[in-house]
Amino acid sequence: MEVMEEKGREVKDDRVFTWPNLVAKEFLAAIFVTVGLLFYSYVVDAPLRELSDPGQAENPAKAPWYFLGLQEALVYFDPWYAGVILPSIIILGLILIPYLDNNPKGNGYYTFKERKFAVSVFVFGYVFWYVLIYIGTALRGPFWAFFWPWEKWTHDFPTPPPLHDLPLLLGIALMIGFYFLGLVLPALVKKDFFYKLGIVRYVLTMGLLLTMLGTVIKMIFRLVFNVKYIIATPWINI
Amino acid sequence: MKLIPDLIKKITDNEIWRSVFRHGYADTPRNRVLQIISNIWLHLHPAKVREHGTKIRFTWCMGGITFFIFLFETITGILLMFYYVPDVNRAYADIVDLMYVVPFGRFLRNSHRWGAHAMVITVSIHMFRVFLTGSYKPPRQFNWVVGVILLVLTFLLSFTGYLLPWDQLGYWAITVGTNMARATPFLGHEGPFAYILGMRADNDVRFALLGGTMIEAPALLRAYVWHCIAIPVMASALMMVHFWRVRKDGGISGPL
Ligand code: HEM
Repeated sequence: MEVMEEKGREVKDDRVFTWPNLVAKEFLAAIFVTVGLLFYSYVVDAPLRELSDPGQAENPAKAPWYFLGLQEALVYFDPWYAGVILPSIIILGLILIPYLDNNPKGNGYYTFKERKFAVSVFVFGYVFWYVLIYIGTALRGPFWAFFWPWEKWTHDFPTPPPLHDLPLLLGIALMIGFYFLGLVLPALVKKDFFYKLGIVRYVLTMGLLLTMLGTVIKMIFRLVFNVKYIIATPWINI
Repeated sequence: MKLIPDLIKKITDNEIWRSVFRHGYADTPRNRVLQIISNIWLHLHPAKVREHGTKIRFTWCMGGITFFIFLFETITGILLMFYYVPDVNRAYADIVDLMYVVPFGRFLRNSHRWGAHAMVITVSIHMFRVFLTGSYKPPRQFNWVVGVILLVLTFLLSFTGYLLPWDQLGYWAITVGTNMARATPFLGHEGPFAYILGMRADNDVRFALLGGTMIEAPALLRAYVWHCIAIPVMASALMMVHFWRVRKDGGISGPL
């Protein structure tokens, strides 16, 4: 540092001693967390139900709350997607984020302006995950029927309307059209965005984004049009 | 406020104190450095850090708190292991004993349980903050990947623990969870294209997870071993990598 100063250059050194500046805060945080956890544990008991009984299914049987978003997705999708492929895509997508986002700005500080796309997409997915968890935790009663917070969970709720599948060709056309337009249109309209990412990053980014949006759109199709499957085949249903 | 200096003087300025601690702590720059680098635990830190990295409004302290809760869970978990046996004939009774017989057993079990939930929450918030500060950008891409694996391991840690009380809540939660494995394409016997590999209820991935076609004694033992040994060991190893990379990547990220 001094050598540099001799050359007459201004040197910015914003470093402070870890002891006590950081360590003190860490110790304080540890104390607060411990006190908070112990206090909560003193006041609220952990749940414990009757002895497990394979012949007596819980109704509703719920996974731990952090998986209820996926369980909620089961309403709209077959288990192979909601329980296996969707979580795999989420994990893969998270892992890919640093390699897909090649925007050099916003590295190490909070900013929305400099990375609107990345922040919006991530925050949307994050919030969506918790909305599903909230629905699965608080609004689903026996037989996974929907109840508003002010409604009592009962076993006699109105029978849900019958569901129907889309015709196979229409389904396939919709699916291909969705991904095709979703990939091509943004590239044409926002050429800049496309060129900055390059073809590989662009396709992966948009593929993941479209899959996330597609998951939401399928849910809307189900809720509004009572569509069970967009594509129904003897081998696989979507 | 003269209270604290006075108090410190009262406590330290006497024969007993001086017989234990041979000399005082002089608050010099050299000593501040030594506090960190000559302490096996604290030397995880560099002697100096960039100022914004010490700000709670920057990191929200969430990575550190997640790590702390992991330690908290390790300690309470070890204590629980003294009382709990993963045997289908005993497991539930052991938990009931903890709740009603063992001194502080209820308190112990509660704190392990709520700690587990807290860790899932703090790790998610930590990921959120790392995203918002763009801290996964070069050179920290790989540490984000390590983080994602830690996130998954945290979920799995919590999930495998859920079965151990062997009550209706855990049993059916794990039933719902592991039934998903049935539907794995190719590898689960009810999944698409399972026939290609000849999957049956007694040879698919779910069978491998549960050690059977139903949640029975082998499933409880597997959950226990994953929960108490295998996943904690993997998570610890990855945390070492994670913390090491935080430093190798130039310390806490910040505006250049
Ligand atoms: C068991 C789980 C985890 C633990 C104990 C942990 C711990 C930590 C700690 C103590 C730090 C130092 C800064 C801070 O406290 O914010 C840190 C930084 C970091 N973590 Fe984690 N973490 C975990 C999970 C994750 C996850 C899920 C991600 C992302 C998906 C992640 C990505 C990162 C990155 C990229 C940094 C560097 C941040 C920077 O330099 O600003 N970590 N982690």
